[in-house]
Amino acid sequence: MYSLRLWAARHARVFELTYRAFEPVVVKLHPLWKSVGYRRAEKPMGKLERLCKGLLFDCQMCGQCALSATGMSCSMNCPKTMRNGPCGGVLQNGNCEVYPEKRCVWVEAWEGSRKMRGGDAIRVVQLPVDHRLKGSSSWLRVARDASESGERHREAAR
Amino acid sequence: MTIGVDHDKRVSDGLGHSSSGRLERVLRAGQFAVTAELAPPDSANPEEVYARARVFDGYVDAMNATDGSGANCHMSSVAMCALLSRRGYETVMQVSCRDRNRIAIQGDVLGGAALGINNILCLTGDGVQVGDHPQAKPVFDLDSMSLLETVAGLRDKQVFASGRALSDPPRVFLGAAENPFVPPHGFRPHRLAKKIAAGAQFIQTQYCFDLSRFRAFMDQSRDLGLLDKCFILPGVGPLASARTAEWMRRHVPGVHIPDAIIRRLEGARDQRVEGRNICIELIQQLREIEGVSGVHVMAHRQEAYVADIIEKSGVLGDRAPWSPSCNKALEKQHA
Repeated sequence: MYSLRLWAARHARVFELTYRAFEPVVVKLHPLWKSVGYRRAEKPMGKLERLCKGLLFDCQMCGQCALSATGMSCSMNCPKTMRNGPCGGVLQNGNCEVYPEKRCVWVEAWEGSRKMRGGDAIRVVQLPVDHRLKGSSSWLRVARDASESGERHREAAR
Repeated sequence: MTIGVDHDKRVSDGLGHSSSGRLERVLRAGQFAVTAELAPPDSANPEEVYARARVFDGYVDAMNATDGSGANCHMSSVAMCALLSRRGYETVMQVSCRDRNRIAIQGDVLGGAALGINNILCLTGDGVQVGDHPQAKPVFDLDSMSLLETVAGLRDKQVFASGRALSDPPRVFLGAAENPFVPPHGFRPHRLAKKIAAGAQFIQTQYCFDLSRFRAFMDQSRDLGLLDKCFILPGVGPLASARTAEWMRRHVPGVHIPDAIIRRLEGARDQRVEGRNICIELIQQLREIEGVSGVHVMAHRQEAYVADIIEKSGVLGDRAPWSPSCNKALEKQHA
């Protein structure tokens, strides 16, 4: 929902803290995901993620969430799906060139990032979207990547 | 997730040049460069391209061939650049992310370089909604930033975005656009930093009519240490009348024209001449700003006045950029 999306970006700090508390839990649940099977967990978790983030951020389920690096303003709502900052067509009032009645996603993102502790992540160049991941759960991917890289580190240490 | 360009591995000719083009040479020599936007014809006739280029002879270092600017359909940028490079002209091929995905774009970059194109300007592109084909599918597979990284990867790492190796890299000088005149103003210099990290070597900006805004942008960029890392060419252009200026700022996305400029045009006896005078003054004032390496002239439907504007601004001094007549003079000498 548009108004909720704006509200979320304006309270980016709260959502940053919430996610910081939430992420380790999802990662810790790795044994559970593994026993259920990541593929089978995908459906309920994907649904849950779509519901929560869809409501709050108008999440488009790109499957490679960058909200932490975009001031909690989902860049997939930009009509040009810009992942790295605003285009040059932003209107003087901070609205979108394509939808002049709506705020530019990146104007919101910049303002949101200034409220976050890790807001400088907005200055990091993001990779282009991997379209194969569309519709999949970013949360599960984070859990899997974090535990797998942890396992690799442990093996390397041995 | 940061991927910078590996500067040590950059393809170079020993002078630190990444292309064999004249634009890069002029800029690296510290000369004030002039580039101009070339309007593409709605035609399949090459003569129209040559006629449009001829008006800039002897006054510009490179011509930008736009890639469906304003999301309107015209002759392609790669084709225009290829035609012009056959006659020896230096061109900047514009690549927008609106119409092609990463497979098509990388193919065009290799093809363009093979056809003699030395400079590539990486753009996101206007939304299809503003153009003459609003029913078209907007692609935007990449954005300007990932496009820069992709082309820099082709050149410096000699690999496609997929990681597959190339046998010969495209030796191109990489450019990007920036618009310091629209929100979010605080982010704009950081965005420039991102573009430089992604591979931008020169920047052409949107029309500059607001010098104080531009100076603020340059100051912030200087503080971030960006001005030693790329060449900045602010965009300039003559306004035909107060009405045109008013129309442009209302309808052309990203164009910011302060009220003072419009009032000055309204007060003038001949608005067209006044528009050109404003442009000349802006060029002269921009030249004085530290970190400005040249100007990019966008004179939509006023291309015929560009030579006069550059001449009167005096920015070229006694330097005459390459034109086909240089070749003819050489041929005569050798004959």
